[in-house]
Amino acid sequence: MTDPFTLERRRRAIHGWLLLSPALVMLSVFAFYPSFATFVTSLWSRGTRRRPSEFVGFENYQYLFEDPTFWLVAWNNLLYAAVTIPISITLALAMALWANAKIPARSFVRTAYFTPAILPMIAAANLWLFFYTPSFGILNQIGGLLGADPVNWLGQPSTALWAVCAVTIWKEAGFFMIFYLAALQTIPPDLKEAAEIEGASRWTYLRRVVLPLLMPTTLFILINAMINSVKLIDHLFILTKGGPSDSSKLILYYIWENAFAYFDRPTAAAMTALMLAVLGALAAFQFLMLDKRTHYR
Amino acid sequence: MSRFVEPALAIVLAIVWISPLVFAAWAAFHDVSDAVNFRLMAPLTFDNFRTAWEGAPWLRYFLNTFLLVTLILAGQFLLCTLAGFAFAQMEFRGRDTVFILVLLQLFILPEVLIVENYRVAASLGLLDSLLGIGSPYMASAFGIFLMRQAFKSVPKDLDEAARIEGCSTLGVLWRVYVPAAHPTYLAYALVSVSTHWNNFLWPLIVTNSESARPLTVGLSLFGAPENGVDISVISAATLMVVGPLLLLFLLFQRQFAQAFLTAGVK
Repeated sequence: MTDPFTLERRRRAIHGWLLLSPALVMLSVFAFYPSFATFVTSLWSRGTRRRPSEFVGFENYQYLFEDPTFWLVAWNNLLYAAVTIPISITLALAMALWANAKIPARSFVRTAYFTPAILPMIAAANLWLFFYTPSFGILNQIGGLLGADPVNWLGQPSTALWAVCAVTIWKEAGFFMIFYLAALQTIPPDLKEAAEIEGASRWTYLRRVVLPLLMPTTLFILINAMINSVKLIDHLFILTKGGPSDSSKLILYYIWENAFAYFDRPTAAAMTALMLAVLGALAAFQFLMLDKRTHYR
Repeated sequence: MSRFVEPALAIVLAIVWISPLVFAAWAAFHDVSDAVNFRLMAPLTFDNFRTAWEGAPWLRYFLNTFLLVTLILAGQFLLCTLAGFAFAQMEFRGRDTVFILVLLQLFILPEVLIVENYRVAASLGLLDSLLGIGSPYMASAFGIFLMRQAFKSVPKDLDEAARIEGCSTLGVLWRVYVPAAHPTYLAYALVSVSTHWNNFLWPLIVTNSESARPLTVGLSLFGAPENGVDISVISAATLMVVGPLLLLFLLFQRQFAQAFLTAGVK
């Protein structure tokens, strides 16, 4: 005979797994299996009607590394991250400090900062088209008033990527501001008084008191910004389509293009596998860095 | 002196930040030739909205997006409630290992897995359907994590009291935990709806007819250069698409901000 205690434990285990099973099935079908399949696909050649797909080991990766477009796209993505992440975080901090201070028209200021965050990326891109269009775009009209020559912002390799970055920063900064704003409101006001009594300048107070207290928030935002620098590519479809001559193409867009425009699944899979590796490293970084002292209770 | 500099900067930045939306709104109500030449006194017109509205099956797109976000939210509520409850309040072997696996999915973004997810959706016959767009997002690791945190903070006494009253496990979940986690559900709903209302890449890949196409994909097709619509009409269409969500946001601004916080910070 099994004792009641064991029975109860077994009952709990069965209930637990039953509760988990719907989510686990969906996760397996749409996350774990596709991740695994990505790796497998990346090891096989691209099948054609005449030559069926065959196992080629790491050949697809080798081709990828020999493809100059891949390196250009990877470099673009690195630039995209290196520009959008620090600028949007800095802006977010400034916005939060201002939106938290006693300034006139504060609710207008807050709303203005945050509104872009809730627009679809596609809509944001449409709005910015108006700024960038060569003949009558607003940027060129303003430039014209100042005597500058018109610039084809989206149509030349030297500016296309920056134009794309600007839209991302516009979308992200207000979103990140919210997190800073919340963190700022948890800082006790006595700290500020104490700093004033000690004769610390506002700048010193900001640098020595506020910024360290905001550190966990900054890390949280940083992780989010890094993930966004991989996945925020919707506006490319409207603004540049990755051009001209791949100068504004980002990795996820290149994956999409390979898979759904060139029908080259193995190459797309190899790139996806590399991207998963980068995201995995990011996950490990987060678990190590943020393990104890984050927002996660 | 410096007392005025910072508020001035803050307000200038706010004006810069809102200006793309303001320009689009202004252009949408003016004839395109007036809009591109900035004739500020030009007469207002609704023609752009009329042209935009007739240019695409927007009603269908609106309906699709509405059904899509509802479907995803319903799926997420169901799956994440059950799984979050198991992770928070049931004790059994293997639970913590599985939880780490689930957390991994926070980094395996559905956006990145488009290539293989497309094959999965194809083999399940889900292409060009709302279910096909929604399925990859339903078992959201983020949602499971969020519900787990919410359920963990429910006092154990309530749970035990309900069990003594004769509630089954699911009964306790439904009568005690779900009502107690009400604010988390609201926050999660706002975040989920605004995320999926705006989602583009995966719906673009999965759909190929207007029967399941959501607003974002419809808008991108409508504005495509080969469609030959001018910037005023694009502005009008864009405003129509973002209008409902924007209105909702302006009405419930505080709740929106609070929702993103609850979802992000906890």
